[in-house]
Amino acid sequence: MKNDFIWMAGGPQGSGVDSSANIFARACCYGGLHVYGKREYSSNIKGMHSYFHIRVSPSEVGAIVNRVDLLCTFDAESVVRHIWEVSPGGGIICDTGIIETKISSILSLPFAFIEEWNKSLNERGIHPETVGDLLDEVKKNNVKIYPIPYLEMLKEIGKEIGEQQLSKLTRMINVLSLGASFGLANYDKEYVEKAINMIFGKKPKIISMNLLALNKAYDYTRKNFADAGINLKTLRTDEQRIFLQGTQAVALGKLAGGCRVQTYYPITPAADESEYIEENQVFEITGSNKTGGILVVQTEDEIAAITMATGSALTGARSATSTSGPGFSLMAEGLGWAGINEVPVVINYYQRGGPSTGLPTRHGQDDLRFAIHASHGEFPRIIVCSGDIEECFYDAARAFNYAERYQTPVIHLIDKALANSNKSYKIFDLTLVKIERGELLTEADVAGKNYRRFEFTDSGISPRLPIGTPGAVFWNTGDEHNELGHVTEESMMRTRMHEKRMRKLETADREIQEKERVNFFGDEDAPMTIVSWGSPKGAILEAMEMLRKDGFRMNFVQVRIPHPLPKKYIEKILGNSSKKIVVEGNYSAQLAGIIREETGILMDYFILKWNGRPMSADEVYEALLNIVQNRAQTRQVLTGGA
Amino acid sequence: MALKLSDYRTQVFNDWCPGCGNFGILTSLQMALVDLALQPSRVVILSGIGCHGKTPHFVNAYGVHTLHGRALPFAIGIKLANPELEVIVHGGDGDGLGIGAGHFVNTGRRNLDMTYIIHDNGVYGLTKGQASPTLKLGVKTKAMPKPNINEGVNPIALGLAAGFTFIARSYCYDVGHLKETIKMAVKHKGMALVIVQQWCPTYNDINTKGWYNGEDRIDPVTGKPIPRLYKLEESGYDGVVHKPEEVIPKTVAALTRAFEWGDKIPIGVFYQNELLSTYQERISQRITTYPGTPPAKEIIADNMGEPATSIKKMLDELKVTG
Ligand SMILES: Cc1ncc(C[n+]2csc(CCOP(=O)(O)OP(=O)(O)O)c2C)c(N)n1
Ligand code: SF4
Ligand SMILES: [Mg+2]
Repeated sequence: MKNDFIWMAGGPQGSGVDSSANIFARACCYGGLHVYGKREYSSNIKGMHSYFHIRVSPSEVGAIVNRVDLLCTFDAESVVRHIWEVSPGGGIICDTGIIETKISSILSLPFAFIEEWNKSLNERGIHPETVGDLLDEVKKNNVKIYPIPYLEMLKEIGKEIGEQQLSKLTRMINVLSLGASFGLANYDKEYVEKAINMIFGKKPKIISMNLLALNKAYDYTRKNFADAGINLKTLRTDEQRIFLQGTQAVALGKLAGGCRVQTYYPITPAADESEYIEENQVFEITGSNKTGGILVVQTEDEIAAITMATGSALTGARSATSTSGPGFSLMAEGLGWAGINEVPVVINYYQRGGPSTGLPTRHGQDDLRFAIHASHGEFPRIIVCSGDIEECFYDAARAFNYAERYQTPVIHLIDKALANSNKSYKIFDLTLVKIERGELLTEADVAGKNYRRFEFTDSGISPRLPIGTPGAVFWNTGDEHNELGHVTEESMMRTRMHEKRMRKLETADREIQEKERVNFFGDEDAPMTIVSWGSPKGAILEAMEMLRKDGFRMNFVQVRIPHPLPKKYIEKILGNSSKKIVVEGNYSAQLAGIIREETGILMDYFILKWNGRPMSADEVYEALLNIVQNRAQTRQVLTGGA
Repeated sequence: MALKLSDYRTQVFNDWCPGCGNFGILTSLQMALVDLALQPSRVVILSGIGCHGKTPHFVNAYGVHTLHGRALPFAIGIKLANPELEVIVHGGDGDGLGIGAGHFVNTGRRNLDMTYIIHDNGVYGLTKGQASPTLKLGVKTKAMPKPNINEGVNPIALGLAAGFTFIARSYCYDVGHLKETIKMAVKHKGMALVIVQQWCPTYNDINTKGWYNGEDRIDPVTGKPIPRLYKLEESGYDGVVHKPEEVIPKTVAALTRAFEWGDKIPIGVFYQNELLSTYQERISQRITTYPGTPPAKEIIADNMGEPATSIKKMLDELKVTG
């Protein structure tokens, strides 16, 4: 895939890594290119290393690859951290001021990193003392070094705008490095300026300062490194495209899906979604001149978040809460209450590496089993797993339909790799969002009747009436109950009522269409089948494409609803496959376990990863290649990503 | 047709212990609903888990028997989504001040227009008599193996600190007083807290009917017991905030009374402030359509299932080409 270009910005947290990456990505989007961006940060506010990986391509890309074509560093640590990722022929932008910096003086490098680092130096048989020595090493690999005098440039800018305070000026290092990047690529500056205007919004003074910085660095690289040979050409496109991150896609889907109450307790990486909804809390009602609104409540904890959303769902309002692992752990008891009371509540669950606080800002896919089993007792629930940012949108909307049709909690599993990645897409197709409210009654339906909230029915679904509907009453309780909703411990009633609830899962299994439960890619008759769920989708698709070019055919079942598992479908596809491979971001191969449990089918190969970094296309490719060439271990553990 | 007490009763068999203070609370609640002439389908009664938790099942109104300690957030969800409903929440002292203490504090500071009634019996009734958070230090009730090693929390003082804008105490046996207190609490614009001193004849053998009546304290002159409870309003106390500058002095006065216990226990309204905006009012400032079409009333789709919410503006902001 050499017609793509990979840019990375690295620097201490709080130094503008995110905004520079956003500007870079947008400038590329404006120029008609497709962008995929992945953000990595630590659980820290200022100072720790963070980086943003951006892949630019003429066509859509859905994953990262572990390679950097242009490494754009703000500090010495970023050079040390990422130097070996730079591809031969690639380049490194750095501050002239760090060339003399001793590597041993970079105090923010963690102990575990230093150990690995020293090992890698020994393996290479090199002993660089300074950053300059290190850069000399990669020059041997044909990596080009572009030192930029950040400090002098900042001082010049300071003079021009009458700003003496260096601390205010150093904030623009990120834009200097951007200017240098685009200058090296000889990219159309107009798009970059547009992106700067967009990112700094309504702050004209900041915009003009940053434009000055952009131009200074751009011109400097044009003059000093005119033939960098970086391939970043704009393209014409008539397509309407958006550029967004996973949390935004979820928020949009929920809004379109009719969510009217959102509760949350702040947690990474879920909170972005709630904040984005709150910013856009008032919206137009289609085809009218009216507006509507969604309540966003920041609760005291996740127990309140789930129980409050459940309370509002009882009134008929579509309600949801969004969280990640630690929060979902607290929600377990509330989830069960919603289950036994047959309340349609939606939980958007952003996985990150666990257990406990685990890797608070890093990726993980270790909670599939937990989502399926959380809370004591048995009750039906539906788990929806999105594989990319676009699916996050449609799934977030659809989750409410499942919740209301089957009157039960729906857990929408997302992960950090989706939450904090950005991607350009053809604008979402709103005609694909449909609202189905299931068996929802109104005042007229129950007038003069003795309404029974938990009436026994064949489907297990008892027509639902919002609390507060005039002319009726009913009861809810977390205890086992009779049809009216009053507490009971009678054995016959318990047997029937529990069975009625559980039957809804069978109804859902029967009714939910296959195309909503699995995505299938590749040739039906291919000899090898990959099974996966969630964010590895993008890397798998790209790896398959690479293998196809190598002459190896395979197919891929992406499970979007692992519970209830589309058993027959999986049996059909896997039954025909001679090599069954599961790809998951956890240690225990959770989906493989569920498939084994439900179908008896055993996987032949496991490609797993749990280092907190998303899967890249190239590492999945290599692992698959090992399998097709019969040199793979049963279990391959991926470790890519800094 | 006027509503009668029987309109608020259900057929559900009441299994509280004979002589349980919960009976008085239930009757007072039903009487208050009659006086307030609230249609059963406009009322939602919630509860936590404990003996008190069965209350909703005995009341003919929408009833939501929630989880241990979590009645308040469920109630907030209901009230916010449909503010037309009259939401009355029952909690146990363990339920509301132990496991649910975080919700107690945060409900106070939100000031929704709801009512919270705590059945304070000093014990965990349903789990057979362990110490509740309101039981005083060193007290040993019947089923406890050892005297209480913790000091009791003061629910009135905690309510003041948390920001409840109506705080009262009443007594399960004084049905008239309790009924009137519940009515005031329901009518109060804002978040109301009513602490009800409740006997648990089965497990609390310290704070008994006789103890509240002062049967251990016989007046040497009259030969009659000297009751421990006295009415705040009969002692010239007025806890109502009429002007903003009264907030602090009235809070301080309420706090002073809140710490009276033992031989002199005040009942009645400690504090009331209707000058503070309610949560609903605050939302209405952000979402102007909220009062007329709260979440429960919004139409989210047309007959064909087409979404009513337009996300066009948001998509436009995310647009990079075209
Ligand atoms: C999460 C959880 N922990 C423990 C229990 C067990 N439990 C049931 S009732 C109760 C205590 C009830 O005491 P209180 O809230 O004072 O209510 P009362 O029975 O006195 O009315 C406990 C601990 C539970 N239901 N849920
Ligand atoms: S245990 Fe106490 S509180 Fe519970 S029902 Fe019996 S008397 Fe009432
Ligand atoms: Mg109690």
